[in-house]
Amino acid sequence: MADIASLGVVEHPRTKARKRKLDPLWLALPGLGFLGLFLVWPTAQMLSVSVMDKVTGALTFAPFLRIWNGGPYLTVLSTTFQVALWTTVLCLVLGYPLAYWLSQKPAHQQRIAALFVLLPFWTSALIKNFSWLVLLGRNGIVAKTMAAIGLKGGDQLLFGRTTVIFAMVHTLLPLAVITMLPVMNQIDRRLTMAASTLGANGARAFWQVFFQPSIRGVASAGLLVLVASLGFFITPALVGGARETMIGQLIILQINELQNWQLGSALAAILLISTIAICFIYDRIFDLSAVTTGQGRPTKTNGPIRRAGLAMVNAAGLICGMIEEIWKRNIRGLRGGVLLSIYAWVMIALLLAPIIAFVPMAFTGSTFLSFPPPSWSGRWFEQFFASPLWLGAMTRSFGIGFATAAITLLIASMAAYGVARTRSRLGGIAFLLCLSPMMVPSIVIAIALFYLFARMGLVASNVGITIGHTVIAMPVVFMVMLATFKGYDWKLDAAASTLGAGRLRTFWRITLPLVAGGLAVGFVTGFLQSFEELTVALFVGGGIKTTLPKQMWDGILLQVSPVIAAASVVVLLVVIVMFAIIEIVQARRSPASGPAATRDS
Amino acid sequence: MDAIRAAPPLRSRRSDVFRMLWRSSRNAQDTASRLAPSDQTSASAPAASTVKLHVRGISKAYGEATVLGPIELKVVAGELLAVLGPSGSGKTTLLQIICGLVEPSGGQLIIDGRDETDNSADKRDIGVVFQNYALFPHLTVRENVAFPLQMRRVPAAEIKSRADATLAMVGLSDFANRFPRELSGGQQQRVALARCFVYRPSLILMDESLSALDKKLREDMRIEIKRLHRETGATIIFVTHDQEEALALADRICLMNEGRIEQLGTPQDIYERPANTFVADFIGASNLIHGSIAANGRLETRDGILPLPDGCDMQPGRPAALVVRPEKLVLCGGDDALLSGRVQESIYAGSETRLLVRLASGTAITVRRTAGLPPVEIDENVFIRWERNQARVLDSSPSISGA
Repeated sequence: MADIASLGVVEHPRTKARKRKLDPLWLALPGLGFLGLFLVWPTAQMLSVSVMDKVTGALTFAPFLRIWNGGPYLTVLSTTFQVALWTTVLCLVLGYPLAYWLSQKPAHQQRIAALFVLLPFWTSALIKNFSWLVLLGRNGIVAKTMAAIGLKGGDQLLFGRTTVIFAMVHTLLPLAVITMLPVMNQIDRRLTMAASTLGANGARAFWQVFFQPSIRGVASAGLLVLVASLGFFITPALVGGARETMIGQLIILQINELQNWQLGSALAAILLISTIAICFIYDRIFDLSAVTTGQGRPTKTNGPIRRAGLAMVNAAGLICGMIEEIWKRNIRGLRGGVLLSIYAWVMIALLLAPIIAFVPMAFTGSTFLSFPPPSWSGRWFEQFFASPLWLGAMTRSFGIGFATAAITLLIASMAAYGVARTRSRLGGIAFLLCLSPMMVPSIVIAIALFYLFARMGLVASNVGITIGHTVIAMPVVFMVMLATFKGYDWKLDAAASTLGAGRLRTFWRITLPLVAGGLAVGFVTGFLQSFEELTVALFVGGGIKTTLPKQMWDGILLQVSPVIAAASVVVLLVVIVMFAIIEIVQARRSPASGPAATRDS
Repeated sequence: MDAIRAAPPLRSRRSDVFRMLWRSSRNAQDTASRLAPSDQTSASAPAASTVKLHVRGISKAYGEATVLGPIELKVVAGELLAVLGPSGSGKTTLLQIICGLVEPSGGQLIIDGRDETDNSADKRDIGVVFQNYALFPHLTVRENVAFPLQMRRVPAAEIKSRADATLAMVGLSDFANRFPRELSGGQQQRVALARCFVYRPSLILMDESLSALDKKLREDMRIEIKRLHRETGATIIFVTHDQEEALALADRICLMNEGRIEQLGTPQDIYERPANTFVADFIGASNLIHGSIAANGRLETRDGILPLPDGCDMQPGRPAALVVRPEKLVLCGGDDALLSGRVQESIYAGSETRLLVRLASGTAITVRRTAGLPPVEIDENVFIRWERNQARVLDSSPSISGA
């Protein structure tokens, strides 16, 4: 250094204080504030209503005692939990092979095959269950087929617990599959290969190398399905009988019809506390933060849960490995892969059948809904488009959908950007808060908002419904945007900066074009969430401002008419168009990665 | 790949034009440094030139953890400085502070005599070639190269001609309308170089820019960078963890470890006269024989008493290490041997054979023998000697060694 001529810069200590840079997490504030105002605050208020005496305002546990002391309430609670547990278990058991089948396909084949799962995913529960109501009815195609081949009981398919569970599994199976798929896609395929070179046969390699890391996805899927099914009311209301009444229906009854806020809130409180308890237990076992941030608590190599899990996986591997050996020795030719493919296609056919069945049903010439229709006519569509009621509902749905999508995209993107870029430890908390609407049954959100809006004069207003839909759509859009921002190469921004681009120009020229695809997907996702949402519309709409799903719901409860099938086809068309937009955008964005990779977890 | 090889790395006529373009565009204030004769071999040490960049007591800490100790470094205009060090040595942090992507916790950064510490990256006239190139995937090669010119509001016609000239310079004229993902790794590297050189920054930083390329391509790109450096006269700071690359490319090497500069000097300095055992160990395969200084200019080791080179003024009793490069060692008869040991491994590498000799104390010594010498069997006992003054003695007290 001594040989370099010094430039002779005058020594001066740094006096200028450096600008204190704001952590990017502040961008999450609008989203968090929104959720605080329209989720946490009203939910807390609703809970307080349940423990406050109507007249004196004193603390009381009367409604809870009433629920506890018998009557139909305990039965309903027990039904709810049984149905929800069955649904969850079946969704996982039936969905896992389907997700596995998808994950083993080459990327471009997986994209196409996954469409068949994603379409039912984006189709609302209302449409799917309505279809089952027709197909499984006394004169439905299933009953007729069963009668034709001499099976009894075809005329009593509806209004039984099995049917409720069947329809709920059918509704929630796509959610389970697309939650498990990304986790399975992350598992390095070479691991299974490595296992087989180390002496494991197919079954053992699967159980001990593939199954174990995939448990994370199974657990998240189980959590989401369980939370969703606890609050379900569409399925039991449509295809269940009086004995299958679930807590969601009871809440609707208490609040919408009996105006018994206290008891309704108490029921919602029970529902909410159950889901929070489930989340808490889940977090103890699987570490909620690890699912998402990838860095949770350090794994204890000797923890009891881990050891029990390993032992179970090893035992399963050993048993299945032996079965595989016997199978291979005795049944040649028929490989497990073929069976899996057959299974997967049967499941896909079952998932799609009730959706596709709508198209012929809507074109029926009869005044009754039936499949297959006795004659053909387009008059139900004419009726749909001539009815100011239906058209008004559709226009409102579109308007609210676009407004919801825009608002959600704005606040969810900001929050996702903040969470993706932050170095603060608070990032994990912000993340969980943004996902929290997913963990609260939508019926709880709906009545909490109903209660809040009732005093703000927002009931039966488009603004109220939009706010509710934004709360509901927030987690999914947030996940889409988080995946977008996490997948974005921030070095490009640094590069643009060193090349002379200021912050604004870097944003317009580099960042925005590159995340535009993600933004489009986020927008469409938000729109679909709102367009098909029923629960919030049911309460906050107040029976005056009806959206399309609400109009359909009313129609189904009042009188099943083919015009509802026509409406369903219209909704389906919108869903398919939006869905196509997502797929095209994603195909352009990432030719290699799977379509489900960025969807919710 | 073929396209790269097809384009000869050095086309003198085109580069003359480019050199003229480059020079004419520089403004007067740094003409002096710019006009350093480009024909002059870049290996000659920068003697008395202006300081381009002065890193003045720069440090960086994240919370409690200091990743970069206060660093003092002057970079001469027109030189090619390699910042070398193992991963985690703070070299990339230093680079990011120089280009303005990371704010230092303390110290000053002076470029061309101006304090640039608080200027953001886009306000500094610095070019950066990123480790994985950071090419904009939604822009074509030409648009990528034109980007910095657009940011500087250069007229459209000039943008096109300059972008095309620069692409021609790196031999990528035929690829101007492709997207980065359609190019091979080496071609992407050339685009990154073109995007950096096109706006003629007077200071260019390269962050492990060659580490993603395979060996053959890496050597081609080294020649390319040397050529661009010579033709443009730009000051280049090159971060690498590959000591071979640093020795091959640099006018001077700044060797870093644990956030400190261990040694700063020409490649010859660093290789022949390492300042401490860390440097000796990091640069090339070095033989280190630890011991302690005895009286009358000798080093006491567990493998015997060894002669020290001239000019050693260390106190007797101090722990020290003798450093001898493998190529300075010769096998000899038992009489004039300094060390003896058993051949453990013999590695044939074409032009030379490396012998791994295990001494009685367990220390492993590498001997490099040029091709043509009689072969040595594994497990054979060999005797080793060297010229006394070709060895170097280093203080190996733990506080200094760092290794």
